[in-house]
Amino acid sequence: MSAVNTAERSPLSAGPATAQRITPLGTVRHGALLTWRSLLKIQRNPEEVLGLTFMPLMFVALFVFVFGEAMMGDWRAYRDLITPGIISQSVIFATIGTGVALNSDIEKGIFDRFRSLPIARSAPLIGAILGDLVRYLLTVIMVVLVAMLIGYRPEGGAVGLVAATAVVMVFAFALCWLSAFMGLLLRTPMAVNIFGSIWMFPLTFASSAFVPTERMPGFMQTFAEFNPVTHVIDAMRALLEGQPAGEPLLWVAGWSVLLTAVFFPLATRAYRRRA
Amino acid sequence: MTHAIHVEGLVKRFKGNTALDGVDLTARTGAVLGVLGPNGSGKTTTVRILATLLRPDGGRALVAGHDVVREPHAVRRLIGLTGQYAAVDEDLSGTQNLVLIARLLGFSRPDSRARAAELLDRFALSDAADRAAKTYSGGMRRRLDLAASLVGRPSLLYLDEPTTGLDPHSRNELWDVVRDLVRDGVTVLLTTQYLEEADQLADDIVVLDRGRVISEGTPDQLKTRAGSQVLQVRPVEAARLPEAARIVEAVTGAEVRSGDGAANASVSDTAVLPEVVRRLDDAGVQVAELTLRKPSLDEVFLALTGHTAEPAPAQDDPAGADHTERTHA
Repeated sequence: MSAVNTAERSPLSAGPATAQRITPLGTVRHGALLTWRSLLKIQRNPEEVLGLTFMPLMFVALFVFVFGEAMMGDWRAYRDLITPGIISQSVIFATIGTGVALNSDIEKGIFDRFRSLPIARSAPLIGAILGDLVRYLLTVIMVVLVAMLIGYRPEGGAVGLVAATAVVMVFAFALCWLSAFMGLLLRTPMAVNIFGSIWMFPLTFASSAFVPTERMPGFMQTFAEFNPVTHVIDAMRALLEGQPAGEPLLWVAGWSVLLTAVFFPLATRAYRRRA
Repeated sequence: MTHAIHVEGLVKRFKGNTALDGVDLTARTGAVLGVLGPNGSGKTTTVRILATLLRPDGGRALVAGHDVVREPHAVRRLIGLTGQYAAVDEDLSGTQNLVLIARLLGFSRPDSRARAAELLDRFALSDAADRAAKTYSGGMRRRLDLAASLVGRPSLLYLDEPTTGLDPHSRNELWDVVRDLVRDGVTVLLTTQYLEEADQLADDIVVLDRGRVISEGTPDQLKTRAGSQVLQVRPVEAARLPEAARIVEAVTGAEVRSGDGAANASVSDTAVLPEVVRRLDDAGVQVAELTLRKPSLDEVFLALTGHTAEPAPAQDDPAGADHTERTHA
């Protein structure tokens, strides 16, 4: 029987004694298993598969064939202009899903289950984020496939394609921490979705995605030129066309570092507190 | 000896609300401890602290001698959690859910599959093994949830309102499973707002109300504490119930609760019985049932707290940042 001695009471503040007896290798293993779970969810969810395939198809077809002739007098030229824009838009769309999925996992108590297991504390978050990176990559591949189906053949070839994909993936990885933070902060998946849309629409439309920023009125032009999505798209365009992309790349790097520096600590802190 | 669970002076506050206000409780190894209380009494908060999901603001909690705050990892190795919130992944199949947990617990791939199959079989889910959990009925989902918490063969199982929302049949099935587990030597901490459930399953009961333990003991001790016996009179004709109630009140001098066609009153002296019979007879009230019985846990709760244990307005905000019952001020 434990003696009731107040002097003996353990301090309730967390000291180093809370250190997990989980090796870094264990963390990797748990993270990988929970990534597998995220991927299974994509596969087992018809809506998910539909969203990943139908949305890019619809966006490319609508933008190219509805606006193409009116915007540039030639849908092919417009297709080449906006493909990087649609890739970015689709991936930014997908980042909202990261927050929504985290939120619903917590709400349904699935994270409680994981957290009551003797596994690395960070593994569920790692699994969610890594699984979503795969989701983003599938989105990029789908948009590129659809664009190629209607004749998109960028000058930069495979190298340009891989480089442009890397750019948008780096930015998406930075942005997903903002989404994760919202997912952990807000109460319902619905709220995460709405807040997500609030940042997604200005970011994607008030950018160089669909029209040259010079054609926008002054204030919008200022916003668009500051908008990180503009720099992502400019960098992708340059890489896809085999042009030098130095300046926009620097911007993307700067924005990605900034977003990560702000939202990664916020998200992990919110995760520790809530999840 | 070390108790399975030993909690002293546990305090937890949420934004000014005190959810736990100095809770002490002890669970004997190998027994079922029932934590009984209405919504908002602090049951779920207690379980979440014991499951290392929440940090207490004061007091301490030991699970098999391990402090939940200082040695959470050691605690997690011992426990299984099934609750109103701990859940299964609805997109995954029954097998996938269990294999995932087994793999996380370090089982090899073949061992994971074997363990999943064994548990699915034990919980009569083999036929649904490859279906997504979202296609399961409420009872099936709860069984899968319970199976998931048993993958690692925990020596201590937390069941947080395991039968809330289940139909009577599924509830009885779940009770049988719990009894089997206890037979296997598992210590169970069961929270419930159903008095019958605590009476059926628990060896010891702790009654929580507004973050405090207001009573503890065996089910029988609690019943004894809350007044010795209850006299119940059920007239043949329901219309004569008020009359019967007046007679019982006049004879016993106790407050009479009428309900379900019967009048009930707590009595300490059984000698009043013949008098009640005589007066009913004089008044010509024919009696279908006249019994002396131990009080139900509902009556116990009423006697202990001054209010019944019926659920407060349903808690409809499980999405809350802290997933926790809040105290109704």
